[in-house]
Amino acid sequence: MSTILDPAAGREVLQHNRAGRGERFLRGLRTPGGGVFILLLALLVAIIVINPSFGEPESLIRFIGRTAPIAIAAIGQYFVIVSGEFDLSMGSVVAMQVIVAGNLIGDDDSKVIPVLALMFVLGAVIGLINGLITTLLKVPSFIVTLGMMLALLGLVLFWTGGAAQGNPADSFRQIGRGGIEDVPVLGIIPYPVIILTAVAVLAFWLMRRPYGRTLMAVGDNDVAAALTGARVWWVRTRAFMLSSLAATVAGILLVGYAGVHPSVGRGYEFTAITAVVLGGVVLGGGRGWVLSAAAGAFALEALFTLLNFMGVASTWRPTVQGVIIIVAVAAAAQSWQRKRRGGSAAAQSEQQRITAAPEPTEGTDKGGN
Amino acid sequence: MTRKRLSTAVALTAAGSLLAMTACTTDQSISEDGGSPAASAPAQTEEATTEWFDQALYDEQFEQRTADFEGDPEQPWLQYIAGDMTDTADFAAEGAKKVCFANASISNPWRQTGWITMNQQLKVLQDEGVISEMETRDAQDDSNTQIADIDYFISEGNCDAFVISPNATAALTPAVERACETGKPVVVFDRGVETDCATTFIHPIGGFAWGIDTANFLSERLQQGDKVVALRILPGVDVLEQRWAAAEKIFEEKGIEATDYFTGADPTEIKKIISDELATGDVQGVWMDAGDGAVAAIEAFEDAGKDLPVMTGEDELSFLRKWKDTGIDALAPVYSNFQWRTPLLAVQKIFAGEEIPAEWVLPQTPIPAEELDDWLKRNEGMPDGHYAKFGGEDLPGYPEVWQQRQIP
Repeated sequence: MSTILDPAAGREVLQHNRAGRGERFLRGLRTPGGGVFILLLALLVAIIVINPSFGEPESLIRFIGRTAPIAIAAIGQYFVIVSGEFDLSMGSVVAMQVIVAGNLIGDDDSKVIPVLALMFVLGAVIGLINGLITTLLKVPSFIVTLGMMLALLGLVLFWTGGAAQGNPADSFRQIGRGGIEDVPVLGIIPYPVIILTAVAVLAFWLMRRPYGRTLMAVGDNDVAAALTGARVWWVRTRAFMLSSLAATVAGILLVGYAGVHPSVGRGYEFTAITAVVLGGVVLGGGRGWVLSAAAGAFALEALFTLLNFMGVASTWRPTVQGVIIIVAVAAAAQSWQRKRRGGSAAAQSEQQRITAAPEPTEGTDKGGN
Repeated sequence: MTRKRLSTAVALTAAGSLLAMTACTTDQSISEDGGSPAASAPAQTEEATTEWFDQALYDEQFEQRTADFEGDPEQPWLQYIAGDMTDTADFAAEGAKKVCFANASISNPWRQTGWITMNQQLKVLQDEGVISEMETRDAQDDSNTQIADIDYFISEGNCDAFVISPNATAALTPAVERACETGKPVVVFDRGVETDCATTFIHPIGGFAWGIDTANFLSERLQQGDKVVALRILPGVDVLEQRWAAAEKIFEEKGIEATDYFTGADPTEIKKIISDELATGDVQGVWMDAGDGAVAAIEAFEDAGKDLPVMTGEDELSFLRKWKDTGIDALAPVYSNFQWRTPLLAVQKIFAGEEIPAEWVLPQTPIPAEELDDWLKRNEGMPDGHYAKFGGEDLPGYPEVWQQRQIP
């Protein structure tokens, strides 16, 4: 025991603690962030049982394609939530970008690239404003983004009078509507699927980078993170920018998928937050996996599709969403809390050994909490 | 531990607020027309039908579809079905009058088109010295706002006449009655109220006629057992509910399987609904209670690589153009947009002391395939959100004002 501080022994402990890959995988599945994948799988199986043709590769890939915008929005929302904040302006950003695309591009193919660039700039600026007001002026993000949501919604209504005016050029809409055709087995790979994959890979990579680690630390305890030298305000502001940019990408896909209408994107913030929460990400920050947030979006959409196929009345949908938010938050809080108290034996033993006193008394084993 | 409990509390508070927010959004959808966040799934059928179905009204509108209209067919906005007339001799007066207009909203392309037409008609009447000014209050789809608007007009508006386009039938009835009690002329148009105190109530034939025209069209082209997807904007608005009540009855009689969904006119929802339906089985027909979003419905068939359906949309140009491009078998029912001109012309007649119909039923004729080219040609250069039968070709500012969507 006295050799505990010996580096070699330490590694041995870690090695021992890490268990096998299989066991770690299973343990991961038991967390809320892992469980959502099981939920998603169960839902998909249920849908296919009710409606076998949904299981055909082409149907599945199209389902992924049409869920891509909400999954991308959920990934964006994840960054903000994991840093301990909220972004309620997401749906309005989507709606605004849809209208910008519709009104500025029109039928002119040559405007596609410049307007795309403008949309990304707009998205980044909105995120920057949200972030700076939250972090520097210390206004709760709930209020800041709620204000931004209403402000943008008003702008959209003012601009359109609340009605659609016409779709942008088809070349622009191809981004959300088209795909690589004549693919064996799948038939088609919709561009949204490719874009979603790219966004997911980027987000996964970003969360492994120092930025992602800091973001997580800020969400867990911003005072501690600040003491370690992290620039909390800038870390969080960038999370807001990522969220608005994700909303922008979702908007671009939605213009293609559905066309221009002021109602496109309405309610997106809540769907995204529900998806993130369903993915086991803890509201309040500091816990959760980014890909689970995306899986949460898929699980949510699969659930709605299932309810649809089962013939459940549409009016129940908000109720389902509401119950999911409550249950998921409660489950996540319970589960993470147990973990923190030391529910997992392996984690406890590691903690015990590391914190073991330098002069252990024989026969006692009172380390730990 | 303290921190943990705190953050759980924060999380639950946040979730609670989220729910409150969701509740707000849902609430709103009840009073909104078009573009509201309604969700998708088969709507409850039996009860709703019996609630909105009115056999007497159905029969009446069935007859009115083929009725003779008084007046010049070149000016359909002045045509009416012969019936009870209101004597307006007491209102006869010289000089320009002030009109107060309580509008439900301009939140969908149909209302926007009509609103533009109405304002151009106003210019004509102002030049003729009939109307001095029109003060307008837009209730933005909120019945409470509109009630307040009407009460404001009554107490402080200095109005010589009221024009009201009600947001909801039952909710606005008392306010309209209060306007009537002022003894000044009251013109109600579009959606109705549960009182006949108004000087005139202007509307096209109605929702049942729409449902009969469209459901008959689809039934004639489909076989027994074929599947029709019905895309509806939102529940609870009489003109929309009556369209579906009539159509559902006919589909049932003809043995056509119809599933209805509420879409909130959101093209994303429409595409999802159609994709899901196409994943379950073939769909032969699409029925819509309004044309907003018709293009998304057709696109969903295109994207899935399925045969395009037989379809009924509306006379919105986006649908007419897509109809022309794809060559589908379709019908464009019309909820005559030119009715937006009629209220001001009615005010003119009232102050001239001419008698006007107590219930002013305007023609409502669908656009069939053989007239499609003609209507497209007549509306060349108009934006997609424009309505073919807007009836403003003879007004000043045509066509630029409508092309530019100059919404006052």
